[in-house]
Amino acid sequence: MKRLMLGNEAAARGAYEAGATVAAAYPGTPSTEITEYMAKYDEVYAEWSPNEKVALEVAIGGSLGGARSICSMKHVGLNVAADPLFTVSYTGVNGGLVLIVADDPGMHSSQNEQDSRHYARAAKVPMLEPSDSQECLDYVKQAFEISESFDCPVIVRLSTRIAHSQSAVETGERADYKIKDYNKDFTKYVMMPAMARRRHIEVEKRMLALQDYSEKSNLNSIEWGNKKIGVITSGIAYQYAKDAFGDVSYLKIGMVYPIPEKLIAEFTSEVETLYVVEELEPFFEDYIKKIGIKVIGKEVLPLTGELSAQLIKEKILGVKQEVNEQLVENIPVRPPVMCPGCPHRGMHYVLNKLKLNVTGDIGCYTLGALPPTESMDTCICMGASIGTAHGMEKARGSEFAQKTVAVIGDSTFIHSGITGLIDVVYNKGNSTVLILDNSITAMTGHQPNPTTGYTIKGEVTKQIDLVKLANATGVERVRVADPFDIKEFERIVKEEIAAAEPSVIISKSPCALSKDVKFEGALKINQEKCKRCKRCLALGCPAIVNKGDFVEIDEALCVGCMLCTQVCSFQAFEDIAEKAGAKNG
Amino acid sequence: MDKLNIMIVGVGGQGTLLASRILGTIAFKMNYDVKVSEVHGMSQRGGSVVTYIKYGTKIYSPLIEKGEADIILAFEKLEALRWTEYLNNDGMMIINEQEIAPMPIITGTAKYPSDIINIIKQKYKNIFTLDALKIAKQCGNLKAVNIVLLGVMAAKTAIAKQIWDEAIRETVPAKVLNVNIEAFNAGYQAI
Repeated sequence: MKRLMLGNEAAARGAYEAGATVAAAYPGTPSTEITEYMAKYDEVYAEWSPNEKVALEVAIGGSLGGARSICSMKHVGLNVAADPLFTVSYTGVNGGLVLIVADDPGMHSSQNEQDSRHYARAAKVPMLEPSDSQECLDYVKQAFEISESFDCPVIVRLSTRIAHSQSAVETGERADYKIKDYNKDFTKYVMMPAMARRRHIEVEKRMLALQDYSEKSNLNSIEWGNKKIGVITSGIAYQYAKDAFGDVSYLKIGMVYPIPEKLIAEFTSEVETLYVVEELEPFFEDYIKKIGIKVIGKEVLPLTGELSAQLIKEKILGVKQEVNEQLVENIPVRPPVMCPGCPHRGMHYVLNKLKLNVTGDIGCYTLGALPPTESMDTCICMGASIGTAHGMEKARGSEFAQKTVAVIGDSTFIHSGITGLIDVVYNKGNSTVLILDNSITAMTGHQPNPTTGYTIKGEVTKQIDLVKLANATGVERVRVADPFDIKEFERIVKEEIAAAEPSVIISKSPCALSKDVKFEGALKINQEKCKRCKRCLALGCPAIVNKGDFVEIDEALCVGCMLCTQVCSFQAFEDIAEKAGAKNG
Repeated sequence: MDKLNIMIVGVGGQGTLLASRILGTIAFKMNYDVKVSEVHGMSQRGGSVVTYIKYGTKIYSPLIEKGEADIILAFEKLEALRWTEYLNNDGMMIINEQEIAPMPIITGTAKYPSDIINIIKQKYKNIFTLDALKIAKQCGNLKAVNIVLLGVMAAKTAIAKQIWDEAIRETVPAKVLNVNIEAFNAGYQAI
């Protein structure tokens, strides 16, 4: 039966149908739903791991243990998991091992738009790239076959528009996959120099065999049409190219590495003008040019952002779509904001008020970098806040450190902040680290993590104790603060930044979107009491609306977190008498 | 019809994902090829969000580009204004009159544009507006704005009401189904 499926759901379905029984991941847009869907299958063990490196190691263990195993991550997650990837490429697998990486061209939810195809080449592992949800299912299944046939991990690359688009999918039955025997073999699985040297030779043989496979594989296909134009493309770019060019000839590459050299030459020999249509890097293009074929690609198409059918038409065919002009110039932008009732808001307000230097991290709280709170100076990657603060202290001295805090969420701290904290203690830093503990991975859509107390499958588990953990690293000053008590929060921050030793402040309050968080319901502003000082606007709350001459509350948005009552000196924020109607049912 | 391009534009958190899933289900029921392109993650946090739903005999790109939308459901007035370029000249736009202030307006660096509805109506013919938030509130759930707007769309298009009904029943969680059916009917009769 056919049904509509998100690319991510279809990828999970593919792993399920292939008989996979182990799935591990750290959440990251646009890859998160793959593992959420895996967790829905009773036959599959699924977990949220603390980070992508551990997730891949768990999947490697699953594979060496004989099970078909899958690991999913966003593009930057592959940087974290790169270490095991490069060496599991040498050891090979036992049960099939598939790694799904979801790139984010256009950076809808990311800090960079790196092109993961380079990893396939660098780590010498095959990579497949589907172009719709059906192919997500089919390619993941085939990836398991390739993994076992060629004794290697296989990467399946998605991009945001594949992962987060729904299209029709024909599902199949789950394979009756028998877990493989576990055989000890240190020459294959213990990568000490002597063994690794031998394995590298095997890897190079494997790449030749995979090259041959790619030439003949059904994953790469030619669609002959008008031969005046030939287009080499893959993934979502194939879909854009089909709309842009219509009836021309296409070489659709489903196996992006190793690239099918002979097939490309065969295709090229029959078309007049050859174009490569690929998002981000000139990955195919460089390769095609290297084998001496003339091709047009990045000299006309951009290296940055997403492609689209209109963009391809304009840049390659010179056809510019006539469009209506904007009716109004300078339409105010609408950047994302922290939700009404968000516990991060009070914290950002305090950091801004104290005019601190703030090294930041990745999560909803990164939004505090924007006006009006502007209380984040840096954001590099997961876990970077603490090491960055430490480095700044070493560059500028302890006085600077006493005006600096590192800000990191609970999930990000577990992911890779803990090592930074150990570094601060070990190397005699004085950093003040704010761990924003809402006990959930919020930005990616509320995935549980080691601070939450339950697993991806909803089973109760041990909850990590952040106070004890911080203590155990050697931090003696560990405080727990309530970000909804602004005065007290400010006092604690002041005390801890002044201390001539490392300290950790755990800002503890659940995410406003958690099911068990209940606020009292919308407030209103008593316009007679309000002095129009607009101090409340410094909170950056989307429910407090600046009307120019006055300020009012958007009752549809306000949840009644009461933070504003603490910054107002005139008690202008009041309960609404009839609250029933304003409650979201 | 041989194709239909629908966009849903609004503010993250307004329930645009559920609306797009209902529209995807409808296309499927009508035996169209369909692609629905959603936005997840960061922009969902109160940012400007857009979803594309494309019906046709064969859909390649999941994106709808400038001048290509047949229908735009705008969950918020400023978002309606932001995305008008995407409407084709004969296209229909259904606008919820709700205003949600973006941060530049809260911080005072920008003003919420006035007279948005009239500006849009001067250029485009098929514009329908309503206070969907009020209707949703009357139905007992502020979050049902999305279904109210689908109700308006159902009244203005040729898709059979039976299909809408089935798609909503299959997509909406059971515990909020009744309020959503009520909201759909209220939207259907609103204009």
